[in-house]
Amino acid sequence: MVNLIAKTPCAGLLPKTIGTVTVTEVNAGQMTLLAPHRGQKKAVSDALKSAVGVGFPAPNRCLGTAPRAMWCGQEQALLIGAACPELAGAACVDHSDAWAIVQIDGADAVAVLARLTPLDLRATEFKRGHTARTLIGHMTGGITRLGAHSFEVMVMRSMAGTLVHDLTQAAENMAARALQGR
Amino acid sequence: MRLPCPICGERDRREFYYQGHATLLDRPAADADAGAWDDYVHNRDNPAGETRDLWHHEAGCGAWIVVTRNTVTHEVLGAVLAEKAKS
Ligand SMILES: [Zn+2]
Repeated sequence: MVNLIAKTPCAGLLPKTIGTVTVTEVNAGQMTLLAPHRGQKKAVSDALKSAVGVGFPAPNRCLGTAPRAMWCGQEQALLIGAACPELAGAACVDHSDAWAIVQIDGADAVAVLARLTPLDLRATEFKRGHTARTLIGHMTGGITRLGAHSFEVMVMRSMAGTLVHDLTQAAENMAARALQGR
Repeated sequence: MRLPCPICGERDRREFYYQGHATLLDRPAADADAGAWDDYVHNRDNPAGETRDLWHHEAGCGAWIVVTRNTVTHEVLGAVLAEKAKS
């Protein structure tokens, strides 16, 4: 039998360290898009909670660590890092391998992302556990705060190269400014 | 310019797609006369003051919203989900 070799979306592109930031690929494992049917959100959340330990997240929030439930649009969330349980009240679509997900860490992480997104990333507005659907350069995607200087950025897999390119260019610009300021 | 998405909060205008006046929520009955359809498809007021427009939070939550704004002062007065709005 043929064994296919899995290739991650950012294979050969990451990791990178530029200036004060590092960009690494996140292998999220199994991902499923959950879209509760009308009036079923509470029931789906309860079933999800008893099956995998996290409920259906409120808008712009990410619950849990492993597995996680990440809001990703109106009445939609991604279950990340767990097999999808039987959920009678929701449409469930396999998104494993559908997303390119990168983590950006470092003192300039906010400054780098601020060059690419109109999202208000100030710590008072966008806290750990907050997630948002927004623009990253010309792409639509998601940004999630993991810590004070740590974020996750995700776009559809087909745009992995552009995501790495845009993040690299923004990080190089920040690093160049730091050099010039010395 | 920032628009107050009822789901996502205040967001930059670039995340939204502009559709047009909220009249579009007022679809005539299928058997309405040609005049009603002409109004619905083509005829719009051009108010100096408050107006209500449909915007799509395209690069955000995906919701259609109705934004009330003032064409004279450019003030944005509020927004509601289109599914809950009465045109
Ligand atoms: Zn929104």
